[in-house]
Amino acid sequence: MSGLTVSGLSHAYGPRKALDDVGFAVAPGRFCALLGPNGAGKSTLFALMTRLLVAGEGHIEIAGFDLSREPRKALARLGIVFQQTTLDLDLTVRQNLRYFAALHGLSGQDADRATDAALDRLDMTARADEKARALNGGHRRRTEIARALLHAPSVLLLDEPTVGLDAAARRAITDHVHDLAEEGITVLWATHLTDEVRPDDRLVILHRGRVIADGQAREIAGEAGLSDRFLHLTRAEA
Amino acid sequence: MKPYLTSLRAIVLREALRFVHQRERFIAALVRPLVWLLVFAAGFRAALGISIIPPYETYITYETYIVPGLCGMILLFNGMQSSLSLVYDREMGSMKLLLTSPLPRWWLLFSKLAGSTVISILQVYAFLIIAAFFGVQAPPLGYVTVLPALIVAGLMLGALGLLLSSFVRQLENFAGVMNFVIFPMFFLSSALYPLWKMAESSELLYTISLLNPFTHAVELVRFALYLEWNIAALGWTLLATGVFTALALWGYDPARSGGARRGV
Repeated sequence: MSGLTVSGLSHAYGPRKALDDVGFAVAPGRFCALLGPNGAGKSTLFALMTRLLVAGEGHIEIAGFDLSREPRKALARLGIVFQQTTLDLDLTVRQNLRYFAALHGLSGQDADRATDAALDRLDMTARADEKARALNGGHRRRTEIARALLHAPSVLLLDEPTVGLDAAARRAITDHVHDLAEEGITVLWATHLTDEVRPDDRLVILHRGRVIADGQAREIAGEAGLSDRFLHLTRAEA
Repeated sequence: MKPYLTSLRAIVLREALRFVHQRERFIAALVRPLVWLLVFAAGFRAALGISIIPPYETYITYETYIVPGLCGMILLFNGMQSSLSLVYDREMGSMKLLLTSPLPRWWLLFSKLAGSTVISILQVYAFLIIAAFFGVQAPPLGYVTVLPALIVAGLMLGALGLLLSSFVRQLENFAGVMNFVIFPMFFLSSALYPLWKMAESSELLYTISLLNPFTHAVELVRFALYLEWNIAALGWTLLATGVFTALALWGYDPARSGGARRGV
């Protein structure tokens, strides 16, 4: 019920087809990695799932709500971390979160409570009153994840959230989001880095706008290991 | 209703905070009309005789004539500038944040429009106060009656900016739009010279100026500042607001944005 389902999704920019009949389903509380080389269509898929674009064909269901029929209910259950930072750098961490809370209709004590809980969850309480500009890349990302969880969504989408981070921050954030899935949040994690995928994760490989593998990461990887397998798959298709 | 008001307040407040953070923008917004008022008008007053035209009841100085036009200029620049911030926002991603909120998109865009209008109006009042110091004064009550006119005119120009931002993809394109929108709108209007003057030199330019919604926004402000109604100007300005807003909402409709707006 509270998972994420994409079915028959196609989208074209003029004559160029960016997504071609993409379909997969993520069960509630699962961590699903969406792996694909640059230009595979991940960003288009994210734009469609967040309703920044509307698909030509197909359906997206978030926590049981069809995005095209009940967009507001679906968006209310969706947490999003965009690839590029969307923090207002002149505002403090807390102000950024409060602004987001207001966009979700939370005010007063409700907003305070949600903000404090989100900060606490990502260990950002100590930095709550620092300006976003003063934070390093890892902490900015954490702030964005905290913000994405503020309205207690059941589905969390992250679009290459570790881009530009150092190894330690990358690991910390990857681990943390895996923990979130264990707490019951459905996670879709887009990446082009195979080392962010764990053997037990659900894995969807996207290439040239199509799903070319879908299953458990361990099984897809096989003997060769995920990195080689991924290279092989995307090269074979090329 | 509460979530709507909460988001409106937050968006207006954020717009105001951004403005406060950009001190240069505030100063530029004030200096620009003041230069026109104190330098340009001083040079021009000799060249341009103004006859008695409504809403004025006596002969007026050129400075007095252009003050409403310069109020319009502030609203025009600010409307465009906040849409410049929309283009910038969209590139920087915070527009994404706004557009993925579960509130209806028209409401979010309206909130943004309200935010930019509030800031425009504060600037207009700052300008009017300085102008009064330099001796260009309107009737005291005029400073109150001008407020609704400023709101309507501000919303109209903000909506125009919003409309442009929905069709402009990059900042570079935007510079072109500024040149092709701001200058023609400003010069082909009654902001700097009464339109009958324009009619003397070119019937065509006169007609264009008469159709220019900015002319009506300026006239609306001019009449309101002198405690008079200009129903025709109000009607035209409201009509333009409606059209620009409708087109802007259409421009921001996610279903329409297919091929044209990859970046979003």
